[in-house]
Amino acid sequence: MTEEIIIAGFGGQGVLSMGKIMAYSAVMQDMEVSWMPSYGPEMRGGTANVTVILSDESISSPIVRHFDTAIILNQQSLDKFESSIKPGGVLIYDTNGITRHPERKDITVYRVNATDAAVKMNNVKIFNMIVLGGFIKVKPIIKLENVIRGLKKSLPERNHSLIPLNEKALIRGEEIITEVQRAE
Amino acid sequence: MEKELRLMKGNEAVAEAAIRAGADGYFGYPITPQSEILEYLMEANPEETTGMIVLQAESEVAAINMVYGGAGCGKKVLTSSSSPGISLKQEGISYIAGAELPCLIVNVVRGGPGLGTIQPAQSDYFQSVKGGGHGDYKMIVLAPASVQEMADFVDLGFELAFKYRTPVMMLSDGAIGQMMEKVYLSPQKKRMTTFPDWATTGKKATRPRNIITSLDLESNGQEIFIQKLQDKYNLIKEQEVRYQEFQTEDAEYLLVAYGTSARVCQKSVQIARAQGLRVGLLRPITLFPFPSKRINELADHLKGILSVEMSAGQMVEDVLLSVNGKVPVRHYGRNGGIITTPEEVVENLKSIFIEA
Repeated sequence: MTEEIIIAGFGGQGVLSMGKIMAYSAVMQDMEVSWMPSYGPEMRGGTANVTVILSDESISSPIVRHFDTAIILNQQSLDKFESSIKPGGVLIYDTNGITRHPERKDITVYRVNATDAAVKMNNVKIFNMIVLGGFIKVKPIIKLENVIRGLKKSLPERNHSLIPLNEKALIRGEEIITEVQRAE
Repeated sequence: MEKELRLMKGNEAVAEAAIRAGADGYFGYPITPQSEILEYLMEANPEETTGMIVLQAESEVAAINMVYGGAGCGKKVLTSSSSPGISLKQEGISYIAGAELPCLIVNVVRGGPGLGTIQPAQSDYFQSVKGGGHGDYKMIVLAPASVQEMADFVDLGFELAFKYRTPVMMLSDGAIGQMMEKVYLSPQKKRMTTFPDWATTGKKATRPRNIITSLDLESNGQEIFIQKLQDKYNLIKEQEVRYQEFQTEDAEYLLVAYGTSARVCQKSVQIARAQGLRVGLLRPITLFPFPSKRINELADHLKGILSVEMSAGQMVEDVLLSVNGKVPVRHYGRNGGIITTPEEVVENLKSIFIEA
């Protein structure tokens, strides 16, 4: 099993850290991982994206052209990556700020309104964990318990008090993710 | 002792590996995409644990000369930079090679010439293997293709540097430097307490003076020294060639690629094989010494070789020299910080050799 994922959105949305937690969680399950960020000027106000590959085998190229799953968090990223999803692949997106919705019919599309949910939970910073919760629901590659273990491993000790809140956010994401379209 | 598993960026792996290798000093100056090396070391503050000195110099030129000084004292010292910074270090590297001193230089390559781009590239191949500074010298050049190798090649680099009294370069790139992967870290080594007999550690009455210099104004002496250097490089060529092969046994076409491009090409081999094309990959791990002999042997059974590099075509010249006209050799690469995709390599292999 190899899952090639692109996560893309605005710099500051927690795109890179979501990818990092995903990678850490997979490491907890003894999987092979690669985390390949876009870096540099793109981070300043523009789009940020990261390619995460999770696999049972050693990973050849950390750079891929087509993805099994795209997690899309703004319009620019949807425009840029919709065409890069493999036929039959998965698109997960937050409809907040989206004016042109996905148009491809050969992919399965899920909506996770994490921006709204984060506001309702009074903490916009957990936005990315709600999205991640949605991902692990529809692509059960990594287990929730391993995401928690991954968080413990990747967060400094002083931030461990935030783990229960993150767990709530992950569960919220699992609850609210909705299938919008099934691949033809 | 069991190795410790971490998820790290390539740059962080270099920094942590340097501490664990028992390095005595790191001297650097920040530049994207390798600043995490200096940042990690500053935060880790190994002076309090192993006693390793970490210093941000006032410039790249200062940093390489601090390395020169430390190496002259027989210490395990390293520096790192990215392309424009490595250009600034060339004078010092030439002096270090001329003085026959061991050190490790890490280049996390970005696109050039000039300030170029901060995105990954492999366009410093010539500079690294053909002598970026002046004079008849070579460096051992190690090309990591994973975060694990960025850690492992710190230890290997120091080992080779001391074995041959020569600067060793780790030629990485922005992709491997910035990428995170699993890495198994070696246990902490102790710093050296005894030093090589050539090191300037303070003259005792019992031995003659040790002099570190690259200057010999007497031509005969200088010629003898240059010959001695070449003998050393020839020995390195005999003993230290490293490479890795993927599915070369029955290959009709061979990809030759190092570093990030080699990772991309591994997937290209899988894609090509799924299409019924017998494609293999040879990944040079040492760029100097280059695996010329092995490429020449493989060429006997090949229809063509594609050298894949994030440059306008540099390593391809060494591949051409290796096969000496036996089979057609072509280059494919992207520039400006763009990383070739595995599919692109296959498409180009087909259009160059098969559809043509």
